[in-house]
Amino acid sequence: MARNANKVKMAKGDLAFTIITYIICILIFVIIAYPLYFVVIASFSNPDAIQRGEMWFWPVEPSFSAYAEVFQRSEVWRGYLNTIIYTVGATAFALLFTLPAAYVVGRKDFPLRRPLMVFFLIAMYFNGGIVPTYIQIMNLNMLDTFWAMVLPTSVSVYHLIIARTFFSSTIPDSLREAADLDGCSNVRFFFTIVLPLSKAIVAVIGLYTAVASWNSYMNALIYLQSDSMKPLQIVLRAILINNQRDAGSSVEVVRKAEMLKYALIVVSTVPIMCVYPFIQKYFAKGVMIGSVKG
Amino acid sequence: MANTAPAAQPKNVKSSFDIMLKQTVKNWQLILMVLPAVIIVILFNYVPMYGVTIAFQDYTPSLGFLGSPWVGFKHFIRFFNSYNAALTIRNTVLLSIYTLLWSFPIPVLLALMLNQVQQAKFKATIQTVTYLPYFISTVVMVSILNLFLSPERGFFGAVTDLLGIANPVNPITDPTLFRSVYIASGIWQGTGFQSIVYLATLSGVDPTLYEAAMIDGASKFQRIRHIDFPTLLPTVTIMFIMACGGLMNVGFEKTYLMQNQLNLGVSEVLSTYVYKVGLESAQYSFSTAINLFNTVINIFLLLLMNWLSDKMSQTSLL
Repeated sequence: MARNANKVKMAKGDLAFTIITYIICILIFVIIAYPLYFVVIASFSNPDAIQRGEMWFWPVEPSFSAYAEVFQRSEVWRGYLNTIIYTVGATAFALLFTLPAAYVVGRKDFPLRRPLMVFFLIAMYFNGGIVPTYIQIMNLNMLDTFWAMVLPTSVSVYHLIIARTFFSSTIPDSLREAADLDGCSNVRFFFTIVLPLSKAIVAVIGLYTAVASWNSYMNALIYLQSDSMKPLQIVLRAILINNQRDAGSSVEVVRKAEMLKYALIVVSTVPIMCVYPFIQKYFAKGVMIGSVKG
Repeated sequence: MANTAPAAQPKNVKSSFDIMLKQTVKNWQLILMVLPAVIIVILFNYVPMYGVTIAFQDYTPSLGFLGSPWVGFKHFIRFFNSYNAALTIRNTVLLSIYTLLWSFPIPVLLALMLNQVQQAKFKATIQTVTYLPYFISTVVMVSILNLFLSPERGFFGAVTDLLGIANPVNPITDPTLFRSVYIASGIWQGTGFQSIVYLATLSGVDPTLYEAAMIDGASKFQRIRHIDFPTLLPTVTIMFIMACGGLMNVGFEKTYLMQNQLNLGVSEVLSTYVYKVGLESAQYSFSTAINLFNTVINIFLLLLMNWLSDKMSQTSLL
């Protein structure tokens, strides 16, 4: 009897615990989702209503005028195009350079594997800093070119380690031995057997690089000068943070500039949100592979 | 222990010339595959690493890394005698310590809590939403902050109006609020993503442990305290040590974007100062010297933490 009572009491405590857990979860949901929701509804609303504090849960006087304004600005289009070019380029080079290298340093029978790993690890922990890197890019005549945006970041040692761990844990040695007996070369083995078996790691590294490239602005800030080369993030910074506007500062110009900000945020972030379901799946996978020490 | 059992493969010890030739050809292909990455790393990591020597020179572009005159520690002395040395070092240390203290525990708590949620759909929804802000770019993040927290327009202004606060502070320009805004937005953006590794560790708990605990009458809280928490502890220790190793590494991107004339007194950190001195006013050697000072401290911290980690958990990070 006493035992039974004890059991009921326990369940009550656990029930309270569960309820509190759910309340906190819902609170977290609201804290994270509401600002994002606010940005989206604000992009459709009348900016004066936002300023008067009338917009809370639904768009006020909804219209697409802010979006029309955004798409009228040629620098947004150009920035978009540049960002797509840099993202595709950076991802392609990252996959092309990192994956074969990762496979090679993961090969247990490759004699140079340990010195090479030390060589890469040193590069992961130390760097020259922005000025010597800038000078090097200048000496290579890469300032203000496409190459400055895709080559310096193309070999991430962190990605290399993730890929190495993946290859050495999923590609059995016996597979290579069998291919070896059949006279398959290493290059051919990598491209026709290893890669098709490693779609997950291609996706992980491809998405990591693409998202980082889409979102980064520091390299563009340092290495690019001409307006025609500038990626979206630099354009966003000019409009959203430095408040760069068309000439004149009449009330109407200021109002327009304020209005398009929310819409601009939505427009620039939509591509990331479109691939988000894939990203979520593969990023979690990447974190897990990365945390296993190879 | 793992090293005591070498792979047993003495079967192909036939050291005939033919096999050796094949082996070399095979390795040549492997070398070819690793070569592009090696060249990239030499060009963009090792050459700039050598370029650090300009911290001890009066670097002039026309004379190059090798030809510029050596000046010893002149730039370091100049930096440490300047007003900005104390300011930037203090700002860097405070910003990173506060960030670590506030934002480190929260992902652990989130993981412990989410692990308690039974409904898979509910859990997945919360996870999806908490990971989401991680993928917003820094520029957009800071823009959202500016819009959201502006007292004249946006959410913060609307709330202060509603509460009848006449002259609210401006969280964007107020120097006393810079660190709070920086840290809180960092937590908002990163917590979900940082919790992934803890959640994965928790998913590895043997369910029979819970069953045994339940039969013994352990409450949910006791199960967390005595099963989940000890499971997480090694991961937490390693993550904490890694975070400590990066203490002097305050990111450039977000700090630089959040700076304005009014909050510079607290927001000027080493990385932003290095950028401004080096690339905005082209004092190459001076900037490199400051950066080198920062790097040396980072290396020291990293080695210290690696040694600590070795001592505490037998897991070396390097």
